Amino acid sequence: MEDCYIMHFGEIKEKIKDKVIGIAGCGGLGSNCAIALVRVGIIRLIVADFDCIEESNLNRQYYFINQVGRKKVYALKDNLMAVNPNVSVDAFDIRLTPDLILKIYKDCDVIVEAFDDAEDKKMIIETILDKMPDKLVVSGIGLAGWGDNNSIHTSQYGNLYICGDNIKEVNEDNPPLAPRVGIVANMQANQVLEILLKERT
Amino acid sequence: MLNNREEDIDMNQLTVSELLELKKFTFHLIITKINGRLVKKEERDSAIISDGDEVIVLHMISGG
Repeated sequence: MEDCYIMHFGEIKEKIKDKVIGIAGCGGLGSNCAIALVRVGIIRLIVADFDCIEESNLNRQYYFINQVGRKKVYALKDNLMAVNPNVSVDAFDIRLTPDLILKIYKDCDVIVEAFDDAEDKKMIIETILDKMPDKLVVSGIGLAGWGDNNSIHTSQYGNLYICGDNIKEVNEDNPPLAPRVGIVANMQANQVLEILLKERT
Repeated sequence: MLNNREEDIDMNQLTVSELLELKKFTFHLIITKINGRLVKKEERDSAIISDGDEVIVLHMISGG
């Protein structure tokens, strides 16, 4: 790492405090990534999801048993505020469409793609590449099952970063589980942090 | 260049669809880009890749 990137935690927090991060999807990737970002000092987030918390989500998503049945966006906002009460979260309880993506994430410095469904991932990545090509996107692709740590990596394609193994799809034999989902979610958070800290402003 | 790697293909030009077939990208949900520009599914038969172009083919996989 170059010398100019060596920073104390105070300097890191100072550099990222005005950044706005968009989180698209508040499941395993989105909830864990948002928590990590808030812990390191992100205070402005725009989160969107249409789902409610189910008990089966608790094997990987950053929610608690007493939150089952609640809308994910509002429960996530509470959990983020439990880490840092000064955090400012715009929570959208909506199913994202191309038009809504352009609208709600237009002021974000980086957008975290954290959808579950491959069709939705394609929709948001294509929307951003096509309509907001200058926007930085950090996507999570391939995180099912367990083990195989070393297959998880990050690739950069212009403004698009992809974290994951790029291979393992969720199915009956490959459930999404806390360790691998958490690794990819935190890798996304780490990539967001790297982008923000290396920005020359 | 295909997905950040050098790729030698013994043709002057080919379409995105031809490349997908040649490289056996059979997955149904993919995103394609040429030189940073998105190539939508309906444009893949007509979008031409020339020598030196940077092509990206990305698989979309469920899980999150």
